[in-house]
Order: sequence, then C-alpha cells, then structure tokens
Amino acid sequence: MQRAFAYLIAGWSGYFVMALELLGGRALAPYFGSSIHVWGAIITVFMLALSLGYLAGGAWSRRTPSLARLALLLAIAALCAVPVALGSDALLDALSARLADPRLASLCAALALFFVPTMVSGMVSPYAVRLLVDERAAAGAAAGRLYFVSTFGSAAGTLLTSFYLVLYFELATLLWAMIAVSLLVALPPLLWRPAARA
Amino acid sequence: MKRAASGTLAVLLAVAALAAPGSPGGAHAADLQLRHEERSLYRQVLVYERAGERCLCFTRKCTIGRQSCIELAHPQRLVFGYTRMMLGALLMGPPPQRVLVVGLGGGTLPATLARLLPEADIEAVEIDAAVVRVASDWFGFQPGPRLHVATEDGRVYVRRMGREGRHYDLVMLDAYDQQYIPEHMLTLEFLQEVRALLAPGGVVAANTFSASRLYDNESVTYARAFGGFYNLRSGNRVILARPAGLPPLAQVRAAAERLAPELTPLGVDPQSLAALFRDVPDWDANARLLTDQYSPANLLNAR
Repeated sequence: MQRAFAYLIAGWSGYFVMALELLGGRALAPYFGSSIHVWGAIITVFMLALSLGYLAGGAWSRRTPSLARLALLLAIAALCAVPVALGSDALLDALSARLADPRLASLCAALALFFVPTMVSGMVSPYAVRLLVDERAAAGAAAGRLYFVSTFGSAAGTLLTSFYLVLYFELATLLWAMIAVSLLVALPPLLWRPAARA
Repeated sequence: MKRAASGTLAVLLAVAALAAPGSPGGAHAADLQLRHEERSLYRQVLVYERAGERCLCFTRKCTIGRQSCIELAHPQRLVFGYTRMMLGALLMGPPPQRVLVVGLGGGTLPATLARLLPEADIEAVEIDAAVVRVASDWFGFQPGPRLHVATEDGRVYVRRMGREGRHYDLVMLDAYDQQYIPEHMLTLEFLQEVRALLAPGGVVAANTFSASRLYDNESVTYARAFGGFYNLRSGNRVILARPAGLPPLAQVRAAAERLAPELTPLGVDPQSLAALFRDVPDWDANARLLTDQYSPANLLNAR
C-alpha cells in the first residue's frame, strides 16, 4: 500500500509539473506574447527549479523519511501553485510594464510564479526513491520504475491538457482542479500517519 | 527525468507551429520554382515563383496556402482577395492618418496603404525577423519615415502602445493563417486592448482564417468586443468593425465610388468590394466566447 501511494504521488506529480508548464505558457502569453524567448524562459525556470528540487528532495530524504512527508511535498507544491490559478494579473502587468527587455520580463514572471511549486515538485521523485529502495541490488530497478511512472505522468499531463482539456475548460478551472487532485492524493497518507508509524 | 518531458514540450510546440495536415501540392506544383529559403526561429520561410507570381510561403510547395503574393510585372496589384477585402476598411470613413498593421507577411498591406495614404503614419509589427527580411529582400517592402516596422509579438506591442496612450484611426489584424492562429491574439481581452487603441471613429479590420466551429466562437468574440461589424466573405473572411457605429451601406458605396481612381489600379473593383459588405449575423450567437482563460482557437479550427 505504501509503495502504491509512493508511485501514485510521483506519477501525479509528473502530470502536475507538465500541465503547470503548459498552462503557465498560456497564462504569460497575454502579457509577454508567445515568442520563442517566452517559452525559453518558462522551460529554463522549470528545469532549474526541478534540478534544485532533486537536490533538496534527496537531502531531505536522509532525515526520518515517511510517506506522510512525501504526501506533504505534493500538497505544498499544489498550494504554491495557487497564485498561478488566481491569475496574478497585477504582478504580470507590473512586470510587463516596468521591464523593457521582454526576455528579462518573462524570465522574472516565470521565476515568480513557477519556481517554488516546481522546485517542491522536483523534491518528490528522489524522496520517493528513498521510500521504495530496500536493498542496494534493487535500487536501480526501483528508481527505474519511479522514473517511468513520473515521466509517464508528465506525458499524460502534457497530452491531455494540450489536446483535450483546454478545449472544454478555462485555464483557472484546470489549475484549481489540479490543485484539488494533489490535495486529495496527499490526504490519505497524511491522515494515516500514526498507523504507518506503528 | 523531467528533462526529457520538457524536451518533449519543446518538440511538441515546434511541431504545432510548423507542421499541419496538408493537402498534396496541387496540379501545378511542378511549375513552382523555389527562389529562397531560410529557417527562422518560428518556421521555414520560403519564396516561390510560378507563372509570373512570387509568393511567400511557410510550407514546402505552399501546400498550406500562400502568405503573400505579388505579380512580378505589376507588383502593386493585389493578388489576394483578402487583401482587397481588407482595403474595405477605407470605405468605412475618412482616410486614416495613423495606421497599425499586426502581421507583416510580404508587406503587401502596409506598402499598399503607404501608397494610398501618403500623409499617413503606418506601423507594422511582425514577430519573425526573417519575415521582415524576406519582405524587404523579395517583396520590395521598404520601410521609410512614414512606414515603420517593429519586430515583436503583436499582443505585447498592442499592450505597450495602449500604456503609452497611443491611438490609431485604423488597426489591421493580419496575424492568422490556416496553419496557425496565435491564440493570445484571438481573445476578448486582446480585442478590447485593440479597441482601446482606436481614436474616435477608428476602424478595425481583421483577416481571419476561421473554418468550421471556430467561425462561431470568433464571431461572438468580435461582436462582444466591437458591437456589430461588417462581415466580408469570399473565400477568406474579413471583419470590419467601427465601435463608434457602422457607416450605412449607402455611405460605403459612395466611398467606393469616390476611391475608385485609387483602388482600380490595384486590381480592386470598388463596387464589387462594397457589394461584399454584410451586417447580418450568420453564426451561432450562443457559441462560447474566446478569452484569455479559454482560447483553444487552433483546436477549434481543426474540427
């Protein structure tokens, strides 16, 4: 059960990150356009945040790792995405008005909105590996399965969002729904915490 | 692991921008001569010639339509029906003094306007520097003191001009084509930003490529932003709006008569142009508005 939840959290986190990236591009377009440098800024911020998240997640997994803490990461990442769902029009408007260089402006906007939720999401995978690996010989297999689940989730989040969901739902609706799913997935492990320890 | 996923996003975007389901090259594809090609940040920019026409295309053999064409022997004549329809904007009121054209292509529209309106200040904004270069190298587009071109995203430019309090008598939107619609430039919020740029009595002309389902969404969105509009359909669709109120058709026909000496040499028959003006809605008024929150224009257009 614990394993299943670790995989579920990693898979959903993968979906969340890529859907956020895709919808984030849409959220910035009214202010910064959809020039190549806007997508460059977004992808840069996501990669940078994930890379630092991997480091942080790995480091944190050394201290009394638990499924509840893994679920907590998922919940925190979701809550940090609330400003994106709210639109943050005032911030984006101010950035686009004050910064003359559109590259710098879109980079700052992407940093402000996406860095924290993405970095926390990046902590999920290495943390989950720690929970899934029992012995050294099986470490590669466990990590491989986890990468599979997480990246497959990313592919699903990209495809479903860009091909289908944007056809039916508003940007904010999709983001709120993703935040809700993250909290729902995180809830059982958080509530079961005493039982899991026992 | 998400590096791979994000790489996928980049590829996906590139494919979305570049590729689209195409029809075969057409009966005369063999006569097409490729004169120039370059790969820009956004697409392939190709210049083809055939039967005395030179065309700008974004796909091999122009499978998905030509962006802009000139007749080599008469470079001032307008080859496309839609460019002629866009000039319908000139029948909507007095000659515009300040003009903004969003989307350059071969530069046909701004160059034509510059010839027709020698007193006017004309600005064009184009996202792709390669298109600007090819327009000037291959299509005779020459910026000058009264004809400026900015290389920038159209929406960003419109917002900035709005912040600076600029106003235009005519705004032309020519940034859409069959293969790709910049979705952030087909939303209610964008059209409201454009409307805020209009001087009193200002006119908006939009060349749109909507087919099938998108036609309804686009129509309700323009109607919400600008009130009623003249709808010109002949292959393409051109929307002509004037928030201060549409001129009566009699006035449009009178303007056509008045402008005939200038328009006829361009290959525009002013009376048949005036005859295309329609103000009766022919779309589903209950279609969903396109907004910054809901803007799947390309998905809707593909259906």
